[in-house]
Amino acid sequence: MTRPAAAAHRLRVGEMLPWLCAVGAYFIFPGYLALGGQILIMVLFALSLDLILGYAGIVTLGHAAFFGTGAYVAGILAVHGWTEPLSLLVAAGAVAALLGVVTGAIVLRTSGLTLLMVTLVVAELLQEAANRLGWLTGGADGLQGIAIAPLLGLFRFDLFGRTAYLYCLVILFLAWAAARLIVHSAFGRSLVGIRENVTRMHAIGSPVFRRRLRIYTISAGIAGIAGALLTETTQFVALQVLSFELSGTVLVMLILGGVGRLYGAFIGAPLYMIAQDQLARDNPAYWLFWIGLLLVVVVIFARGGMLGIVDRLRGAGR
Amino acid sequence: MSAPLALETRGLCKSFGALAVAHDIDFRLPVGARHALIGPNGAGKTTFINLVTGRLKPSAGTILLAGADVTALSPEKRVKRGLGRTFQINALFDGLSVVENVLLAVSERNGAAGDMLRFAGSRRDLIDEAEALLERLGLADHAARPVRELPYGQQRLVEIAIALGLDPTVLLLDEPAAGVPSAESGVILDIVESLGRDIAVLIIEHDMELVFRLAERITVLVQGAVLVEGTPEEIAADPRVRAVYLGTTAG
Repeated sequence: MTRPAAAAHRLRVGEMLPWLCAVGAYFIFPGYLALGGQILIMVLFALSLDLILGYAGIVTLGHAAFFGTGAYVAGILAVHGWTEPLSLLVAAGAVAALLGVVTGAIVLRTSGLTLLMVTLVVAELLQEAANRLGWLTGGADGLQGIAIAPLLGLFRFDLFGRTAYLYCLVILFLAWAAARLIVHSAFGRSLVGIRENVTRMHAIGSPVFRRRLRIYTISAGIAGIAGALLTETTQFVALQVLSFELSGTVLVMLILGGVGRLYGAFIGAPLYMIAQDQLARDNPAYWLFWIGLLLVVVVIFARGGMLGIVDRLRGAGR
Repeated sequence: MSAPLALETRGLCKSFGALAVAHDIDFRLPVGARHALIGPNGAGKTTFINLVTGRLKPSAGTILLAGADVTALSPEKRVKRGLGRTFQINALFDGLSVVENVLLAVSERNGAAGDMLRFAGSRRDLIDEAEALLERLGLADHAARPVRELPYGQQRLVEIAIALGLDPTVLLLDEPAAGVPSAESGVILDIVESLGRDIAVLIIEHDMELVFRLAERITVLVQGAVLVEGTPEEIAADPRVRAVYLGTTAG
């Protein structure tokens, strides 16, 4: 008898594909590493969203709250002389996770439309606060004068984005390994249970609220690390890191790639950002039209995103 | 001295405004008992279950599990004290495989479900337990199938398997054979009959044939209150019960 429950976490060959692509891109497209680094950051951000949306079924329109908080924490600390990049990531992740546990304790008591609105409001409040506290955040002009020390004291953040790209890639890999362990752990399975049938989870004695709060906090921390990576690699923080637009964008990326699959982020974020880069060059005003069209097509014809299509093709080939 | 009680309620009341849906219910379920709760539609059977499991807070009265007052405990804590239940309408994890459905319950009971630092698949002890349970219920061949693909009768068995995965001392079966063709309901009855005497079973049921086959004692609930309690023979002979079910006047 096969034992699928015992084999769910075994590493499949296809799971190595994104990493081969990412390492390959470093050598094949040396002129695009700055964009590449930003794509990796958005993959990490979308991955953090997948943990709560795809696994725990928590729909949010305010995930930028945590990304932006991480970005500002790293930026503000750096401006005040804390320039060591790795410890900045830790600090930013910790503050974002703290914000996650505090706001989560409130927003996760709601559901549906209320949840959607409350998450949105949290992010909007933070953005308005960042706008008002100009002395601290630089306000609408953005936070400038950020200097980041060389990575591990050895590698400078160079003009071509080589260090930044590899740095982001390593952090993304570590976060992916952690996320993969979480979703395939008993805790991760219980989140899927909550998504599938919350009534039954209560009836089998699962502390549903605590489980959701925990994954919300973890997700917030990872989003905060992604935001801090953006600050460190661009040495600038704009108000947009807290924007509704960013919360929406990361949601679109994840839906394009496929929700609840851990790899949707790896498809959706590059697809969105490369399309943006290429289409906006030819047609700066209307490039979003094509993203919108793609989203409509995916939502109507390919539930489960790009990875859903791959699954179906493989299913049909069998 | 009577047998120790697995579940007991004392003076249990629940009102929504002026409407009393449970009125002064005294109920005793001895360890290992086979007990049925019957009554016409709207008699308050579901309310009683919801009060016992903690989905509803009682207006007055006490609920005891194995002699300990659990009235103030959350539904989750009551499950940890050995209270398992099934649902009248399947409440399964439709997208997951049969074995994963049971594994969720086994993991919660075992305390492993909060563990996020180990792959669930490496917990062979839990998987073995879930598979052994499926074996007992004749579901082993379907372990890997998504539960939504199973015929309805077998989904009813998964419904019971999840509850058994909690290793309950009190098992509330809410119409276990509801919606199952009578040709297949025999399998479900066999399973319930085969349960060990470490489990006290309370069946909520409409089907009188099933009740009289399984239950050693029967409680009749009418309009939120206990009308009568007794052995199947006593209940079958009781004119008040006949009146309720057949609509004739007592006497």
